[in-house]
Amino acid sequence: MNVSPLLSFLQGFRLPREQLPFSENEIEDALRAGWLGEQPGLTRTPRSWRCMRCGNDDPLRFASFPCARCGKNCVYCRKCLSMGRISACTRLAHVSLPLPFERHEAPLAWQGELSPAQAEAAMAVQQAVLDSRELIVWAVCGAGKTEILFPAIAAALEKGWRVCLATPRTDVVRELAPRFRQAFPRVPLAVWHGGSDERGRIASLVLSTTHQLLRAYRVFDVMIVDEVDAFPYSVEPMLEYAVSQARKEQASLIYLTATPSRAWQRDIARGKRQAAVIPARYHGRPLPVPAFEWCGNWRKQLERGRLPENVLSWVLHRLEQRKQAFLFVPHIDELEAVTRILQRVDSRIVGVHAEAPDRAEHVQAFRDGRVPLLVTTTILERGVTVPNIDVAVLGAEDRIFTESALVQIAGRVGRSAAFPDGDVRFFHHGKTQEMVRARRHIIRMNEEARKRGLLRT
Amino acid sequence: MNCLLCHSPYNPITNWRQLLFLEDPDVLCPRCRGSFKLIDGRLCEICGRLLEEAAPSLCADCLRWQEDEQWGRVLVKNRSVYTYNDWMKDVIALWKFRGDYVIVEAFRHPFARAFAEHFGRGWHVVPIPLSPERLCERGFNQAEALACLLPFPSFPWLARRHSEKQSKKSRRERMETDNPFFLPGHPPLAGKRIVLIDDIYTTGITVRHAARVLLGAGAAEVGALTLVRA
Ligand SMILES: [Zn+2]
Ligand SMILES: [Zn+2]
Ligand SMILES: [Zn+2]
Ligand SMILES: [Zn+2]
Repeated sequence: MNVSPLLSFLQGFRLPREQLPFSENEIEDALRAGWLGEQPGLTRTPRSWRCMRCGNDDPLRFASFPCARCGKNCVYCRKCLSMGRISACTRLAHVSLPLPFERHEAPLAWQGELSPAQAEAAMAVQQAVLDSRELIVWAVCGAGKTEILFPAIAAALEKGWRVCLATPRTDVVRELAPRFRQAFPRVPLAVWHGGSDERGRIASLVLSTTHQLLRAYRVFDVMIVDEVDAFPYSVEPMLEYAVSQARKEQASLIYLTATPSRAWQRDIARGKRQAAVIPARYHGRPLPVPAFEWCGNWRKQLERGRLPENVLSWVLHRLEQRKQAFLFVPHIDELEAVTRILQRVDSRIVGVHAEAPDRAEHVQAFRDGRVPLLVTTTILERGVTVPNIDVAVLGAEDRIFTESALVQIAGRVGRSAAFPDGDVRFFHHGKTQEMVRARRHIIRMNEEARKRGLLRT
Repeated sequence: MNCLLCHSPYNPITNWRQLLFLEDPDVLCPRCRGSFKLIDGRLCEICGRLLEEAAPSLCADCLRWQEDEQWGRVLVKNRSVYTYNDWMKDVIALWKFRGDYVIVEAFRHPFARAFAEHFGRGWHVVPIPLSPERLCERGFNQAEALACLLPFPSFPWLARRHSEKQSKKSRRERMETDNPFFLPGHPPLAGKRIVLIDDIYTTGITVRHAARVLLGAGAAEVGALTLVRA
């Protein structure tokens, strides 16, 4: 049988009709033949609308325009515009035939060894995948989460299943791609992010960002969601929706997180959700515990062009010792002010925020050791394992620093086996619940690791 | 209220005038609003570009236009509201190419104010049209969206043929290629003053092509009001 070009173009995806490079006739024929299905781009909800592509149902994120296509005042979704506008007159097309599948024999080439804690979790993940279940992998920062997945992915590929690892962050996708290529050298792998030309291709193994995953539809047998609670993406309903649409209904669902939400932590404690907990780093040394230090009304000091004395002396001390450090601040305005002050002390110091265009350059300079201290508003990259660093937060009381954010920040320190320790300091103007919870979270993980004999002493 | 562009919450009431005169609150937060740069100062009399204090009253571009017998006096003046800074480039991309129509609301007051200042009641508003193909692809015409901000009716008198992307050609080549604009009917143009509306004034070729067609059908004079001077 000849495979229709429309079929092979669209299979595995759900796209607006106007994005299909095929004639109206071909599309209409396929609809009549029954293997092409259509859905409206938006549906009504009691309060407003729901975008069928991205799941947005926030009335503030819809607007309307005089539409030249339908001639009406047409509502559109403002949330997923970067993928092409979805409006009330948009129709989303998908293929309703199952995709052909391919079995891969002994696909895993990775030769490394798992730590005892990793091995235990890897077993649990593999079982969940084979049983098509849901599982949370709660692994501390630096536990070595990626390798834990390898045996499970190999087992799925042997069955001819399609596996997707999704994450909100392009950085992570880019960083993981070469590691997966190396681990599964004979398996077709597609990397989907905004700048990749593989994003229109379905493969046995797919690494995708949230936005690109929105195009996929009912195609994956195994869905792995990485960095579910990664700062600053702690609230990301779009990823959850993308995952729900891209997976097959009976697919297994694996969540990887260092900092599950409080609701999930409760569910796990009550046994309502299953979790594999890895409380120890792969090098077997305990997590550095954050110290709290009051620093007065630091915002007022910033207005006068000064840093609180203890914060400044913390910085000076690192510079003297030639120890690299991150200094986290809550917002961009403060980032600029703090950077200006510190550059008078050492002109090599730079400030980088999440949307800064020259972000990658500065991060590279920091990695190369050319920048002694980086002021930042966000966790930069998961892969930034600068071996020997300290971390401070200025204004740890700010709302933006949730338990999860603070645990992630503390998790930057002591990642490498050669330098497993370091200083984590939360400078604050009034201790918060979230700070206390973050410290308790870390201490509890260390206790659990000790109890299970996972720490090297 | 949440900012139309960055979606962050802000306090839209910034002064007593707003409360007193019930002015509409700004749809943008102060940070986003402040990132646009209004064109303000000494302008080239024709194209509305900012000039150095000591420069002659026409910019080099417009002096060249003046020398051209065919095209020299086609356009009486262009006025633009904003400079084309990086921020504006991003906003235009989101608005026009990604298709976030509602962003036009951010320009309502400045655009209407510029119209009143430089043109006003005696002028007829004519938006620069898109070709049917481009209109279908984009879903709306950004020039029409701008024209709708003005408290006067606008007249869809012009139409446009589909032509290839203009940016690959030189200025001379662009002038000499067929004018994409035409009049689909017989609009009552005789003696009228027309102000063309468009999003960006770059080389001035587009508005001059359109002006030529209108003058040829009897319009008295043609000017242009554009959102951005590139
Ligand atoms: Zn959407
Ligand atoms: Zn429509
Ligand atoms: Zn804003
Ligand atoms: Zn000029």
